[in-house]
Amino acid sequence: MSENGGPAKAGPDEAGTYAIRAESISKRFGSTLALDKVSFTLEKGELFGFIGPDGAGKTTLFRILASLLVPDAGHASVLGLDVVSDYRALRQRVGYMPGRFSLYPDLSVHENLTFFASVFGTTIEREYEQIKPIYIQLEPFKDRRAAALSGGMKQKLALCCALVHRPDILLLDEPTTGVDAVSRREFWDLLGRLKHEGLTTVVSTPYMDEATRCDRIALIHRGRLLGVDTPEAITRTFERPLFGVRAGDRYRALLALRKYEHAYSAYPFGDVIHYTDKRVGASVGAIASDIKTFLTASGFSDGSVEPLTPTVEDSFIARTEDAA
Amino acid sequence: MSDIAIAVKDLTRIFGNFTAVDHITFNVNAGEVFGFLGANGAGKTTAIRMLIGLLAPTSGTARVAGHDVYAESEAIKRSIGYMSQRFSLYEDLTPRENIRLYGGIYGLRLAQIRERTQRMLTRLGLAQVADQPVSSLPLGWRQKLAFSVALVHEPRIVFLDEPTSGVDPITRRQFWELIYEAASRGTTVLVTTHYMDEAEYCDRISIMVAGRIAALGAPSELKQQHGVDSIDELFVRLARPGEQPGGTGVVRAATAEDQ
Repeated sequence: MSENGGPAKAGPDEAGTYAIRAESISKRFGSTLALDKVSFTLEKGELFGFIGPDGAGKTTLFRILASLLVPDAGHASVLGLDVVSDYRALRQRVGYMPGRFSLYPDLSVHENLTFFASVFGTTIEREYEQIKPIYIQLEPFKDRRAAALSGGMKQKLALCCALVHRPDILLLDEPTTGVDAVSRREFWDLLGRLKHEGLTTVVSTPYMDEATRCDRIALIHRGRLLGVDTPEAITRTFERPLFGVRAGDRYRALLALRKYEHAYSAYPFGDVIHYTDKRVGASVGAIASDIKTFLTASGFSDGSVEPLTPTVEDSFIARTEDAA
Repeated sequence: MSDIAIAVKDLTRIFGNFTAVDHITFNVNAGEVFGFLGANGAGKTTAIRMLIGLLAPTSGTARVAGHDVYAESEAIKRSIGYMSQRFSLYEDLTPRENIRLYGGIYGLRLAQIRERTQRMLTRLGLAQVADQPVSSLPLGWRQKLAFSVALVHEPRIVFLDEPTSGVDPITRRQFWELIYEAASRGTTVLVTTHYMDEAEYCDRISIMVAGRIAALGAPSELKQQHGVDSIDELFVRLARPGEQPGGTGVVRAATAEDQ
């Protein structure tokens, strides 16, 4: 569609530092527009995150990048290889971990890994150095059936299988979904280690707090990118004054704040309410004392107000509200 | 004792030579939002299955809404609501049909069902889509509907198993407002989650580690007791004893998780 006037056709050698270049990719399923003109570029060696909820289009995008799905419109190249025309060459060089656990549940840890190695014409022994940091964690369970592993260990096995043919880029679709907070942390530690070794990695996640583990992130919602940048830059563009409000009766305080004439939004974030104000130009101190006065007048004499630095989740919420 | 919704003492479940739940003891007060946390494999699911009358304990006692888990599991099922992380509505049916189906299963009269359907659809803002198949609705709307359906028979206690997995941040917060609202009407809520910020929304939480309850109390108390800034930090510390966050003791940790 929008390829007219695009950059001159880049051969694999001209791809330069781009690990991925996506231009205006669209994909429709029936009446659902899963991806709506998605464009971005990824540098080699980056740890890049797609952050968004279920149904945002993350899986569709990953399938297209892994050459498993053909876009309706637009172009994408991975490592300089076109995802449609060069798919055979591409598949040798990509390590893809699908969102659904897709290893063989009846095979053991060792058998799964051996199988994936043999599909790519290699062996565990030959690739041992590449997979070692993860494999040593799995080794105590190497004879256990994959189905009998915990969620966190299953994901580590899947990562190991995606790495066994020594790919140049990893595509990990929601590797931490449904995994407990500790296993998530361990998984991200592993990704940090792989990045350190120079591997380019693209990850998707619905957990906003994982954004800070990435070099750059793309916020994705309803098939569209709401922003692509470093996590710091994403939060820096938060426009409205943001405050944390605490009160003994959080639920009633929340309902009251929503009715405050200057309120732009109020959402519960853990033990504190994140409140944004409509008065963009006013001083933070003045707004804070106004809110405090309002709380007291509304019967929340125990209320407290403090200015907050926005998180990626605040930015995501603000951008989806603005897009709506 | 009527303001204790769930009373658990030394509850234990053994599978073969594996003790999934190991002498857990806690109470949940009526109208409380209680966060039931733990790593994968810590025993949460087994404990919940005992509390909702689906699995007989090996030993110990538990009363849920005043009913004994050994002898009165059917009465328990009638007095609780349950919503699982997996979607618990019939996707080919419309919201209206789902409400009617569950209302019928719980033995509500038609007039009651009709009245509650109206109220529920209006409150959730789903009146416009009341007659469209549930499969056509966004995930967030379905989750809110599933929560309301779990409350259709006005149970005293509702069990929510990872109700917000994968939903967008705005919907996640709207879902928690529904939880608060239910609690403010006196419904007791027991909820599991992998989002540690949600743990901080709860009145009290418990953290299970290897079949036992390793921490129990209000989030602010627990943070103070353990000298941590967040429940996330506490969770990591308890769930992987002996390991520094982000450190290298993972082999040992994995062993504990998977035995």
